[in-house]
Amino acid sequence: MKIMLVDDSRTIRNIEKNVLSQLGHTDILEAGDGVEALSLTATQMPDLFLVDWNMPNMDGLTLVKNIRTKNTTVPIIMVTTEAEKSRVIEAIKAGVNNYVVKPFTAETLGEKIQQTLSKLGIAV
Amino acid sequence: MDVKCINPFMGAIKNVFKTMLKMDVQFGKPHVKTNEETCHDVSGIIGLSGDVAGAVIVSFPKLSALKIAGIFAGVTLSDADEDFADAIGELANIIAGNAKKDIEGLKIMISTPSVVIGPGHHVKSIRDLPKLVIPCSCQAGSFVVEVGIKKVNQTNGTLVGAAAE
Repeated sequence: MKIMLVDDSRTIRNIEKNVLSQLGHTDILEAGDGVEALSLTATQMPDLFLVDWNMPNMDGLTLVKNIRTKNTTVPIIMVTTEAEKSRVIEAIKAGVNNYVVKPFTAETLGEKIQQTLSKLGIAV
Repeated sequence: MDVKCINPFMGAIKNVFKTMLKMDVQFGKPHVKTNEETCHDVSGIIGLSGDVAGAVIVSFPKLSALKIAGIFAGVTLSDADEDFADAIGELANIIAGNAKKDIEGLKIMISTPSVVIGPGHHVKSIRDLPKLVIPCSCQAGSFVVEVGIKKVNQTNGTLVGAAAE
């Protein structure tokens, strides 16, 4: 399973990579913003996205909307500091499958990833 | 000093350090920042916009910054590492983001982080905002969180009703 991590913080991408590695996922693509992520998806669409909201050049919400115009089924988990209910609803309307609020523990992120993939019937 | 403004930040600092660094934070008495007071050696800065104007600055002495960034990133870091500034900026980002959800009735947007490294620096706000300084300490060292925030009159963009006075 190929997983794309989209976050302008390399620290967060590294934390996410560690969690994914513990779950047995090592085929990882990384992007620092929405523009870079879209550019990568032109040649390789991942099987799962973890997307931050606040990023330079193109934010996560715009990225999610862009992905959904091309692919309505690929699972997307928003991992963000945006914790207000209105923001969560906005993200779900845009097409995210699950939502993780920063700060998070490795356990919480791992559970949300497994929950998202199980719901969609994808083997973890 | 308005607790409605300061309590969300104290709650966020505790929550972020407990969740991501497994550390408890103790607070000193918050005070209004004077013009002469400089930041510590390393500062993560987040701009606030929307219904407010302002900034949140998380400022560390170098030794605390190195320890805290290293624990957060899960690796030993030097101040020359690109990941050092990244970790400090992301910590500031998560604290500001976590606090804003508890500031009721205001729609607040946060900027992507900037990081300043250098002893005794000043961070000047675009507007003349009073800043509250929250002294913090944890097992990795001390640091401060500075909060300058004011409501903005949406009809003409002027500042009204100081949230941090």
